[in-house]
Amino acid sequence: MVRRSNLCQICRFHRFQWARHTVVLKYWLARWWDTRPLYIHFSLPPQIAVSESYIVVIGLEVHVQLDTRSKMFCGCSTEFGAPPNTQTCPLCIGMPGTLPVMNRRAFDLALKTAVALNCEIPRYTKWDRKQYYYPDLPKGYQISQFDLPMSRNGYLPISDTKGQFSPKRIGIIRAHLEEDAGKSMHDEAAGKADSRIDLNRCGTPLLEIVSEPDMRSPAEAKAYLTELKLLLNYLGVSDCNMQEGSLRVDANINLHIDTPEGTLATPIVEVKNMNSFRAVERALTYEAQRQYEVWKETGRVLGGPGGHKTTRGWDEDAQITREQRTKEESSDYRYFPDPDLVPVTTTEEEVQRVRESLGELPAALRVRLEQTYGIAPYDSDVLVNQGRPLVDYYVELAEACGDGRLAGNWVQQDVLRTLNERQIAIAAFPVSAGALAELLKMVQAGKITTSRGREVLAEMLASGTPAAEAMKALGIEEVDESALEDLCRKLLQANPEVVAEVKEGKTKAIGALIGQAKKRNPNVNPGRVREICLHWIEKAY
Amino acid sequence: MPISREEVEKVSLLGRLLLSPQELETMTGQLGQILDYMGLLEEVDTGQVEPMAHALDVSDVFRDDEVRPGLPREEALANAPNRDDECYLVPAVLGELH
Ligand SMILES: [Zn+2]
Repeated sequence: MVRRSNLCQICRFHRFQWARHTVVLKYWLARWWDTRPLYIHFSLPPQIAVSESYIVVIGLEVHVQLDTRSKMFCGCSTEFGAPPNTQTCPLCIGMPGTLPVMNRRAFDLALKTAVALNCEIPRYTKWDRKQYYYPDLPKGYQISQFDLPMSRNGYLPISDTKGQFSPKRIGIIRAHLEEDAGKSMHDEAAGKADSRIDLNRCGTPLLEIVSEPDMRSPAEAKAYLTELKLLLNYLGVSDCNMQEGSLRVDANINLHIDTPEGTLATPIVEVKNMNSFRAVERALTYEAQRQYEVWKETGRVLGGPGGHKTTRGWDEDAQITREQRTKEESSDYRYFPDPDLVPVTTTEEEVQRVRESLGELPAALRVRLEQTYGIAPYDSDVLVNQGRPLVDYYVELAEACGDGRLAGNWVQQDVLRTLNERQIAIAAFPVSAGALAELLKMVQAGKITTSRGREVLAEMLASGTPAAEAMKALGIEEVDESALEDLCRKLLQANPEVVAEVKEGKTKAIGALIGQAKKRNPNVNPGRVREICLHWIEKAY
Repeated sequence: MPISREEVEKVSLLGRLLLSPQELETMTGQLGQILDYMGLLEEVDTGQVEPMAHALDVSDVFRDDEVRPGLPREEALANAPNRDDECYLVPAVLGELH
């Protein structure tokens, strides 16, 4: 038993376990009565700390609540947030003598998702009972799919515009339809002996999407989840709200370690309780490191003594995983076909119809934006990841102002910043794409500068007026070309010393003229002043 | 023996049935007889028969996605051995290994 005080206060490993730590700092709390030392590891940056000698192998199980009004097998509402046990009926609380009937929309949404994930859709699928006893599962079994799931063998491509990993396909083993369980709540702090059970969620349709163990880093796992969530959003099959439990992630992770005796695999760990994609990334980073430490200490390998699969929960406060209790016999679910539910058949024509109805999905949309509007993959990624309505706004703006890159910059910087600040969606953005395009055209033509353009946009947002009026309100006037040329000519005549310097090659000297031009007329475009002056110095002096 | 006593013990544990040693003995015999009887099916030549996943020759039964009124909470909780104002109460469910 390790004394608590010997653990690193940050990573909770023993102070002598310093695979990723070089120095141990020892300190005392500033309280005079506390005589025990506390330790923390001095951490190196992660890229240095990650060992080259192993690879991380990750597979993810994602549960998505499908966006239906009623539950999967009964007419109870699926709305989130109702008082406990107010959305139940004899069927979903497991009363004898009830008969489930499949929700058409739940099946359609699941099929749509499976097709979008490039899955094979079998002609025939059925439902099975997965038996286990848990207080949030009143029937004693969950209706799920075992040997004939509604889809299998798909994939989801992922990539990273920052180049953390090369583009790759993550295999999808299967996506199948099942029902959700209820919720059990235990208030440990209150020291209550009982758990409270709310069955509102019982029977809500869930799509379980099981990936191949194809991910090789926590960053890839996060990218897979982000892309999957985006796809589900574009398909409109789920709201994917992790806080409300509409999207839940379990991860299977182990390491393949290169040793002189060959490659070894560490025991597989299933990680649960991760409430955000960030938490997934952190939990997996922690877990990989932990498995490496444990392997070095114990030598335990997959399938060897002590090498069975275990379950660990992510503790967000402590930023560590903790082993969870698993019932020894829990893997024996004794699946058998549910006699109450009849099979579902799907024809090739139906699958084809679904495929045609999918609309433009994120991956194809990114490519189209890059090709049509000449923006970089990074920019198309940012735009597409914001969801379809923002992309529509961008496309309208790009078309109206005729410059995809300029439109991209303004949407990414000014529009998105405003949306974030005001916590609103693009639908509520007060400036229409057409109105913003008018402003961008003026910026593009050099009539006003980008920074003045920003001021105009701020005025448009504040007053709800079009670009021209907003400019008037700010006292900004377009400077016409002849007035600008006139101004430049006068400046050059008045400043022969600047002209001389520029002729010697010190083009920086032109800055003085730009400053003077702005003083005389704040609306001039400094870039244009510079251009005109340099041009004339070259030609006329 | 088509089923061992250990297997019956495991199945009873999975089904949360507490069987006395005497009952275990009886069950092992009786379940064995049932399995033996089912074994008769092995004698039928099923080479030409398509595998069956469901006993009914019906498929594709659906309902529309419509909300219908369910049970008032008082009725839903009526048969609970233990409850509070809102929830069913059960012995503590704890996820963590302590
Ligand atoms: Zn119900």
